[in-house]
Amino acid sequence: MTTITRETARGDLLRFALFAVLILAMPLWLAPLGAGYPDLMQKFAIYGLFAVGFNILFGLTGYLSFGHAAFLGVGSYTAVWSFKLLGMNPLPAIALAIVLAGAFAWVIGFVSLRRTGIYFAILTLAFAQMSYNLAYSVLTPITNGETGLRVLNSDPRVLDHMMGAGEVEGSLVSTLFGIEMNGLPGFYFCAVWLLIGMYVSFRLFRSPFGLMLMAIKSNQNRMNFTGINTRPYALTAFVISGMYAGLAGALLCVTDPLAGAERMQWTASGEVVLMTILGGAGTLLGPMLGAGIIKYSENIFSAFNEQTLHEIFGFLPDGVEGAVVSVASLFVGEGWHLTLGLLFMLIVIFLPGGVIEGGHRIQALLRRRGKGGGADQAHPQAAE
Amino acid sequence: MVDFLNPSRRGVLKGGAAVGAGLAMPTIFSSQAWAADYLNKPTGDTVTFGFNVPQTGAYADEGADELRAYQLAVKHLNGEGDGGMLNTMNPTVLTGNGVLGKKVAFVTGDTQTKSDAARASAKRMIEKDGAIMITGGSSSGVAIAVQSLCQEAGVIFMAGLTHSNDTTGKDKRRNGFRHFFNAYMSGAALAPVLKSTYGSDRKAYHLTADYTWGWTQEESIKNSTEALGWETVEAVRTPLGAGDFSQYITPVLNSGADVLILNHYGKDMVNSLTQAVQFGLRDKQVNGKDFAIVVPLYSRLMAQGAGENVKGILGTTNWHWSLQDEGSKAFVKSFGEEYGFPPSQAAHTTYVQAILYADACERAGTFMPCGVVEALEGFEFDGMGNGPTLYRAADHQCFKNVLVVKGNENPTSQFDLLEIVQEVPAEQVTYDPAIFGGELGECNNGV
Amino acid sequence: MDAILLQILNGLDKGGAYALIALGLTLVFGTLGVVNFAHGALFMMGAFCAVSFNQLIGLEKVTVDPTQMTPWGTPLEVRVPMIENWLGDWGTFILDYSVPFSILMAIPVMIIIGLVMERGLIQFFYRRTHAEQILVTFGLAIVLQEIIKAWFGANPIPQAPPEDLRLAADIGAFLGFEPNTVVYPYWRLIYFLFSAMVIGGVFAFLQLTTFGMVVRAGMADRETVGLFGIDIEKRFTIVFGLAAVVAGLAGVMYTPILPPDYHMGMEFLVLSFVVVVVGGMGSLPGAVAAGFLLGILQSFASMTEVKSIIPGIDQIIIYLVAVIILLVRPRGLLGRKGVMES
Repeated sequence: MTTITRETARGDLLRFALFAVLILAMPLWLAPLGAGYPDLMQKFAIYGLFAVGFNILFGLTGYLSFGHAAFLGVGSYTAVWSFKLLGMNPLPAIALAIVLAGAFAWVIGFVSLRRTGIYFAILTLAFAQMSYNLAYSVLTPITNGETGLRVLNSDPRVLDHMMGAGEVEGSLVSTLFGIEMNGLPGFYFCAVWLLIGMYVSFRLFRSPFGLMLMAIKSNQNRMNFTGINTRPYALTAFVISGMYAGLAGALLCVTDPLAGAERMQWTASGEVVLMTILGGAGTLLGPMLGAGIIKYSENIFSAFNEQTLHEIFGFLPDGVEGAVVSVASLFVGEGWHLTLGLLFMLIVIFLPGGVIEGGHRIQALLRRRGKGGGADQAHPQAAE
Repeated sequence: MVDFLNPSRRGVLKGGAAVGAGLAMPTIFSSQAWAADYLNKPTGDTVTFGFNVPQTGAYADEGADELRAYQLAVKHLNGEGDGGMLNTMNPTVLTGNGVLGKKVAFVTGDTQTKSDAARASAKRMIEKDGAIMITGGSSSGVAIAVQSLCQEAGVIFMAGLTHSNDTTGKDKRRNGFRHFFNAYMSGAALAPVLKSTYGSDRKAYHLTADYTWGWTQEESIKNSTEALGWETVEAVRTPLGAGDFSQYITPVLNSGADVLILNHYGKDMVNSLTQAVQFGLRDKQVNGKDFAIVVPLYSRLMAQGAGENVKGILGTTNWHWSLQDEGSKAFVKSFGEEYGFPPSQAAHTTYVQAILYADACERAGTFMPCGVVEALEGFEFDGMGNGPTLYRAADHQCFKNVLVVKGNENPTSQFDLLEIVQEVPAEQVTYDPAIFGGELGECNNGV
Repeated sequence: MDAILLQILNGLDKGGAYALIALGLTLVFGTLGVVNFAHGALFMMGAFCAVSFNQLIGLEKVTVDPTQMTPWGTPLEVRVPMIENWLGDWGTFILDYSVPFSILMAIPVMIIIGLVMERGLIQFFYRRTHAEQILVTFGLAIVLQEIIKAWFGANPIPQAPPEDLRLAADIGAFLGFEPNTVVYPYWRLIYFLFSAMVIGGVFAFLQLTTFGMVVRAGMADRETVGLFGIDIEKRFTIVFGLAAVVAGLAGVMYTPILPPDYHMGMEFLVLSFVVVVVGGMGSLPGAVAAGFLLGILQSFASMTEVKSIIPGIDQIIIYLVAVIILLVRPRGLLGRKGVMES
């Protein structure tokens, strides 16, 4: 954590500006990687936001929640209900989703934060699993169960009708100032929210509140002995990260107005934990990177099939090519989970601080070489 | 398993490579500009289909079989292999020379049997790979989610294995088509056979997977069995993926019911059936009658998972490789020669869907979705394994013969698990499209 | 009355499975301090020991009959299990009882898997954070299950119980009920007895042997035991092997109840963690008690009478009980202070 306290505000601003440029230029530099199409870039931004929010809880306070997908789900359902009742404008949907997810997080956090460690993790997991199971079955009137909740032409959409935009030909898409929130505009809409979320997170990490949260992580008992009640701080962090999740859930529905119960499954909660640790928990940019890596492999590795492999390895002699392709096909297409599992293991074994730590190590290595091996422990690492 | 040196195979690959080169450009900036009249209009000498199947999760084996069938269909469309059902389909304008003079190329993706993942995968195919048609899937939730996506985006969706009434009922879409049968047809086909096998004085107990598909199936079967004079003792909902069903099976023992109907699919069906048989239900006597178990929707791949427990148990299926019509024989032969085992019903329905789509494009003279919709609506054909078939215009559902099958008592091979009891003619399972509600809406070309 | 008795029986055999998995999980946690997300995968690997043993002894002599063809155009194959060729009736018997016999193969295989896992990976994570342990073992679990999927496919593979034990016993008549009211499958009764035996064996091993004493002492206070000059790490390796065997045996014997597939471990993972936490992290009796308690409660919650009062209760009962117990008893049923709280 040493990095953070040493960095200056100016350095922060510089980094944030660089980050903003990188995000907004995504369509350009992702295209050669095969990821420059709107849907995947939207997912990068949305899940990045989700992980950034999760990091406020986990990275700062060390509380490991296995139930954050529930807030994502609540945000999604709220957004779609807002579309159905109020209209296709994304802003009220997002506002409502943040408020409701925050309230839901407050209730669950209030109960769960009475415990710490794995007990806390299991409590949050239990709440999320209950939400998922109920959403899939008995709550179907609200959630539309397996099929997922969608906006129908017959829905009231009060505001739309007031504005005279009630009758829509074709499909219903979320619209802001006449711009449809899918495709590239949808991505930029999400990217703006991501930047806002990142900025808030930057500020939070540097604030006295953030320091307090970090103190909870390093030694909660000592904090309690000094007479400070840490629970309100932890609860605030929990609610904030729940609101991030709600926002992410709402954005999923803004770009694609459908909410399904699977978003609340424990594997979805696990996914955001993996994203955060993979990128580097407690670091500012790590969670975003982790989200990008996981979504990229989910969408790109899984799409490889024998035909594409043959194209890639087509330059090899036929016999060798066949062997290479049959080995490679174990790791892509229907085997892409294997690649993901191996990736987790390798990163945790060799880079406990996540990808960010890897970056720091390379940086340190370059610097050392530049200085002729002089400064040995030159660069502080952002590991936990 | 796969012959890497097969020269004809490499032909396909070259076609694919051309598409790959086109993809290197950031298509998002240019696709709108090209597509003067419809989304993803093929401009080169190939046309891209998107095969969206489950490659991970519980249905991965069905997904793998679907993918095999698609690859076979692409081969046949491009004039390689023995042509399969292209030779038996009647009428057809397909000649094995690609579609509208273009070679067929394809992209694949993993639905993970999750709506979100399936839509993300389909969007990649549409936005990045320029797919003109999406097909596949192995559950109704996914099919309905992807179907509405394709409607919004403006491409055609040819559903794979989806059995819910909703797919072509209350959630039907103009751009979506289903060849597979549905829960209503299962009930209508099964009921007369149940009557002749078990009589009209029976008490049924339902165990139903607690989600949309389970409910529609329970309703359909209930309606058709109650029309026979059967009584429904109880219908109990079970959590999806419960694993151990014993706590739901023991109440059946002393409920006075003499038939157990398992509205489960996939692993739920494998587990609940295995466990019900272990509780002695198949050998039990109630009300002076032999206790019976019924599994309304069967699949051979799943029957394999339940092993010996399927023996003598009635159910329905969309298609089975032991059918003796020309189309089925041709398909089983070319699939078997390619892969070494017979195709599943999932493979059959996806193969047929791919061929039907290609044929419709050829007849329409365009890949434009609205043109294809027009060509498919009300299309009548034969020679595809289920007898004379109609793609009904009112709801985009195929009407064809439904198979009532029974677990084989004396299987001769590991694939010989189901035995056809009766081929129920299409008229008997046809219904009024109005009963399920829903609107097809307008077709969408995506521009 | 008979319905309640049946649900208790259901709870017992389900609880037996939960208890066995949770036992190994808590053993590893209590001794090594490692949160092992790959424990469900060990359960699954055990089940696939039964599958591969069955396939191994079921190896068939294949003779091709060129005069007949299958409908998909390959020559018809005639298959005779080799073991019947060699051993005659004994071979048939072994084939029939392949599930219990596969225990013989599962024990050494699971020990090896356990030792390799501990020495090759887990030992490097003793001093790392729980979050990192979770991530690395979760990754391992995915890798293990993908390997199984690549080899055996994704579909469940049925394992039949022995011919004589395939059906249900009329235990109601035995207890003085009317005949045919309380019937229960033989195999499930065996599973319950088997799990009770394994649990008893593990407890006896830990209570009665010197080795067990050292391990228990290590669970209570690792550093002090180390000060006595005892190589506690070596013993912990063996404990990990033991936990793997317990999970593996639970998997082997469960195959006739639940046809195994590559994903079954993941499905039991969350549940077994809930069981462990409800029982109290690090408490072996707690894990066993919680396993049976949750099994029985789950059975009762599924009864139509209960569901008509609270719809959907069977979907959430396990989690609801976990929440209530954790709020009322901070460390679970029998948990100790200070474990896994920082």
